[in-house]
Amino acid sequence: MELLSGGDILIRALSDAKVKHLWGYPGGAALHIYDAIFRQDNLSHVLMRHEQAAVHAADAYARATGEVGAALVTSGPGATNAITGIATAYMDSIPMVVISAQVPQEKIGEDAFQEIDMIGVSRPTVKHSYMVKRPEDIAETIAKAFYIASTGRPGPVVVDVPKDVTDPNNKVAYKYPEKVKLRSYQPTTRGHSGQIKRAVNLLMSAKRPVIYSGGGVVLGNASEQLRALARRLNYPVTNTLMGLGAFPGTDRQFVGMLGMHGTFEANTAMHHADVILAVGARFDDRVTNATERFCPSAKIIHIDVDPSSIAKTVRVDIPIVGPCDVVLSDMLDQIQQGDLQTDEPAIGEWWQQIDGWRARHGIYTESRYEPSTNDNIKPQDVIKTLYKVTKGEALVTSDVGQHQMFAAQYYLFDKPRQWFNSGGLGTMGFGLPAAMGVQMAYPDANVVCVTGEGSIQMCIQELAACTQHQLPVKIIILNNQALGMVKQWQDMQYGSRYSHVLYEDSLPDFVKLAEAYGHVGMKVTHYDQLESSMEECFAMKDRVVIMDISVDHHEHVYPMHVAPGSMRDMWLSKTERT
Amino acid sequence: MKRLISVLLENEPGSLSRVVGLFSQRGYNIDSLSVAPTEDKTLSRLTLTTAGDDHTIEQITKQLNKLIDVVKVIDLSEGVHIERELMLLKVKASGAVRAEIKRCVDIFRGQIVDVGPTTYVVQIMGESTKLDAFIEALGDAVILEVVRTGVCGLMRGEKSLKV
Repeated sequence: MELLSGGDILIRALSDAKVKHLWGYPGGAALHIYDAIFRQDNLSHVLMRHEQAAVHAADAYARATGEVGAALVTSGPGATNAITGIATAYMDSIPMVVISAQVPQEKIGEDAFQEIDMIGVSRPTVKHSYMVKRPEDIAETIAKAFYIASTGRPGPVVVDVPKDVTDPNNKVAYKYPEKVKLRSYQPTTRGHSGQIKRAVNLLMSAKRPVIYSGGGVVLGNASEQLRALARRLNYPVTNTLMGLGAFPGTDRQFVGMLGMHGTFEANTAMHHADVILAVGARFDDRVTNATERFCPSAKIIHIDVDPSSIAKTVRVDIPIVGPCDVVLSDMLDQIQQGDLQTDEPAIGEWWQQIDGWRARHGIYTESRYEPSTNDNIKPQDVIKTLYKVTKGEALVTSDVGQHQMFAAQYYLFDKPRQWFNSGGLGTMGFGLPAAMGVQMAYPDANVVCVTGEGSIQMCIQELAACTQHQLPVKIIILNNQALGMVKQWQDMQYGSRYSHVLYEDSLPDFVKLAEAYGHVGMKVTHYDQLESSMEECFAMKDRVVIMDISVDHHEHVYPMHVAPGSMRDMWLSKTERT
Repeated sequence: MKRLISVLLENEPGSLSRVVGLFSQRGYNIDSLSVAPTEDKTLSRLTLTTAGDDHTIEQITKQLNKLIDVVKVIDLSEGVHIERELMLLKVKASGAVRAEIKRCVDIFRGQIVDVGPTTYVVQIMGESTKLDAFIEALGDAVILEVVRTGVCGLMRGEKSLKV
């Protein structure tokens, strides 16, 4: 059997776990590992400029491909910098393995240079974590980490590796385990057939049904099954922020995103629904508004691979624990084999009602905001133009704030894994490194980071890594000269007292900044330049382009839930509410 | 409502901190906790008492099951079970009260396990309510120190928590 050092084993095991790109940043405790990377060419290492960004990029690569993302950081500050990235992945259930180097075991607990208890610090942000104590254990630990990260409800796994374990002078036998078995971890692989039968019966009898589909459908590759079931039933479908694209945004049956900034028709339909089929969604507080007033007349069917997601925030009538794709196709099979029919007249009436809501306040039927004028560009129009120029086919990442909500509302995603954002943790700074991860996965695709002048500055340093690794992402800054979402809340709830959301002329010149990194910068201040500049931007296939677009300083995102309230309680504009 | 939850846990470094961390992270309380390896050294048996409504307990059970190191979870308070806790007390025992304490220990079927010129160490075992009652019966004036193991418990009958 082949004898290898711990550092070599670690990298070999990562290759055997099918890692193609390892996003990372070196440091003292990781030196043996980095030397092992230097001496091989099975996997490529992508040097980022900050560990948070390395983890975000690995995370987005996983979101884009469905594979397990992988990142490598050094001990101490490298490890703590990675935490925001790990927590982001944890909240959105992203399969990822993060290797953190650690000081040698003999120094652990002595407050050694760059020592941090990574297992302790990361504990609330991981699905699981391991510290490897012997080189003989590395391969098996890596195999377990990848297995845990990618099965059941996915999530990040941290593997902490003390420096002595990767010692080049200590060589041991290498064998990557073919199978992993853990007696304490057996994810559910099928839904309970009795529960599925009950669910199908309830679903067929519905008069005002809504299918509420979440990020689990994207992660669980269940989009096809969801589409087939929804089409067979002709029921309206709403997607969560994390689920956008799982059901096509341009489909007639799609009523838009639901939740705090969901469409009028989606939120109102949810409120009046008699049956809700929730798939891979977790009744998050940004969806439900006040849980005690949530969908008062609905019977709820909830499909989720994680039992603890079921009945966590709202009561559920028919829980089904299992992978979304398997459960949905079982449901569809039962419907087709039994040739079961929906209550067509009732569904027809329901659609009439929904179409009425669409016509009244829907954001897609007509413009619900003051149109752009030539010297006042509306952020919504930027997204609409982006949609037009990229023909709705771009892979879009976003940061957090108003721009994120505008992108979610106005870019109609037709495919799963087309939209990438930090929905759970709400991490500003996610957008740019995420775009890099996505671009690495799809080098020929148009990858766009829709961001704000606030968020982009949280990971701006990665512009350098874009150059180094030839990742020609496009960055669209909706520049409203303020932290827009916070400012919106200050407008609505704090008498427009703008506490620390303005920059007082301190914003950088983004064009010069782009140029300083060797990229292209464009500034757009007038509406009549918008489309042509954007065309120009996307024509530069091989360049990173920053478009700094001045947008209306006073625009708010609507609809917006009135809190605390029910799903149908919304502000529709600054002056109108339901 | 008080609940007694028993967990079979991989006997790995850090696995206890995951359980304890889960409780603080999600805002649940641990009233008492006892943990030790089982006859199979790779497994630990952890017993904890907590309080909460049915919804909270359901979530606690689910979240515990979700931890990778947790092999099995059972809510002992759902069925008939035996629960025991051990308590050691150091008490002031001089003069007339010395005999009085001895009588009280006998009534509670405890033992005096250490005797000093002015102190006793008393051992009492039983359900937590019995231990509480003993403390009450002695009164604060004589008690110098109290240490309790936390509750451990088993289901009655043939069912058992095994891998």
